[in-house]
Amino acid sequence: MKKIAPAIWLCIVLCFIYIPILMLAVYSFTDATIVGEGINAFSFENYINLFANEELRDMILGTITLALASATIATILGTLGAIGGFYSKKLPKNLLHTANQIPVVNADIVTGFSVCVLLIVLLGVNKDTFVPLGAGHVVLCAPFVYLSVMPKLKQMDNNLYEAALDLGATPAQALFKVVLPQLIPGILSGFMLAITLSLDDYFITTYTKPSTFDTISTYVFNATKGGQTEIKTALWALSTLIFLIVVAVVIVMNITSSKRKKEAANAQI
Amino acid sequence: MKLRFNRKQLCIPYAAFLILFVIAPLFVILYYAFTNGEGQFTFDNLVSFFSSTNTIGTLIYSFALAITTTAVCIVIAYPTAYILARSNFKKKYVLLLLFIMPMWINFTLRITALKEILTAIEGNIAAYPFLNSVIGMTYDFLPFMILPLYTSLLKLDKNLMEAAQDLGASKIRVFLRVTLPLSVPGIISGITMVLLPSMTNYVVLDMLYNSTYIMGSLIGSYFNAYDWNNGSMISLILLVIIFFVTLITNRFSDKDDNGGREVIL
Repeated sequence: MKKIAPAIWLCIVLCFIYIPILMLAVYSFTDATIVGEGINAFSFENYINLFANEELRDMILGTITLALASATIATILGTLGAIGGFYSKKLPKNLLHTANQIPVVNADIVTGFSVCVLLIVLLGVNKDTFVPLGAGHVVLCAPFVYLSVMPKLKQMDNNLYEAALDLGATPAQALFKVVLPQLIPGILSGFMLAITLSLDDYFITTYTKPSTFDTISTYVFNATKGGQTEIKTALWALSTLIFLIVVAVVIVMNITSSKRKKEAANAQI
Repeated sequence: MKLRFNRKQLCIPYAAFLILFVIAPLFVILYYAFTNGEGQFTFDNLVSFFSSTNTIGTLIYSFALAITTTAVCIVIAYPTAYILARSNFKKKYVLLLLFIMPMWINFTLRITALKEILTAIEGNIAAYPFLNSVIGMTYDFLPFMILPLYTSLLKLDKNLMEAAQDLGASKIRVFLRVTLPLSVPGIISGITMVLLPSMTNYVVLDMLYNSTYIMGSLIGSYFNAYDWNNGSMISLILLVIIFFVTLITNRFSDKDDNGGREVIL
């Protein structure tokens, strides 16, 4: 009995987590329009609609483009910031660290609203330029890149940089050929984290986006208010596709980086 | 060309970025919160927030919802994280992934899935607004509670528990006196991950047909009404709440901890 109880608990929690996602996945392959009602026939109609509908396609591509672009900028800024901050004196280092913590602890809605008020309301930047949206997403992502790179800098052997200089490397060469390669795991996990944050964001997007542009989050939210059944069930297909992609990515990552994951589970959070 | 630079200077772009898009917006919020539409200094926005029963009600409802959600998350996540961290299963990391994987699926899509199930179970989901909102928030934020709890429980030295048991403490006593106090940083970190978002994430409420306002909905409605001054005041009030929560939680949390958002990859 003692051994079964924990397993039962884990199963209950897993059911809570996965039953909605899996039910939606099953129904996405049918012609049913309400989850729970009888299934008449299986169909790929929802998946066809997902890619045939121009609006849906643009929305998905827009979300991905935004995530990749803002994650890239955030990774460059955050990595440089972490390297520079790490080697700075105590005061500037602490200031940078504190400023970096602000968006981390702040509610996304406040971050989004404040960027909107500064850029769009006060400075009159045109929303359609995507500048406020991009800035907002980089604010969301860059601090987490900074936080992912910082531990790698702390773990690094500082003598290597000095050794490179002694052996005749310029500071730039030492940085790019000696320091940067050692930070790559941190930079990569920061980049991945940035992508997931950008993909999941609703609040910053909604306050800074051009009115004709939608990401998955804003689109789904608005779609639930409208009553279009075709869109609703196409989104079930989208949800299922994303779920399958996440599962695939997790499996691939587990197979390829079995070494890193051990270290991560122990040290990183 | 000779590239001469100092390593420290690498942080200049990021520092400038933070000043421009993080620090400056906060001052702008402060300015708008204490001015009216004509740009004159005023306390009206502050006074009207604290003198209206509607907005005070919203504040109380937000706290009630956020605290309930956080409590439910802890009740579900603690045993889960405990079992996972304690299990002798060789690949417990894979098990953990099973529990946190949903956080990589867009939250609006996950809430859509939950809504369909709740509708199938309850019929009219608008009939249970508070219950459904708590379920929705828990569904959304549970991974962010499990992750920090798991890490802090994993770090615990098993010898401490064994020592306590050898010295005659009962299992319950070992848990209450040793395990639980040592996992406080994880609990705190989980609370910061769940409490504030559940005060502001009105998308979950809206999608589950709960028309009651929370703090986030106020910002949303002022945004729609182009009322930047009152919107800024709400943001400022949220900032003050966040500041105090951070102040309290910083006393308990690990120094090198940066919240459950840090994803293991």
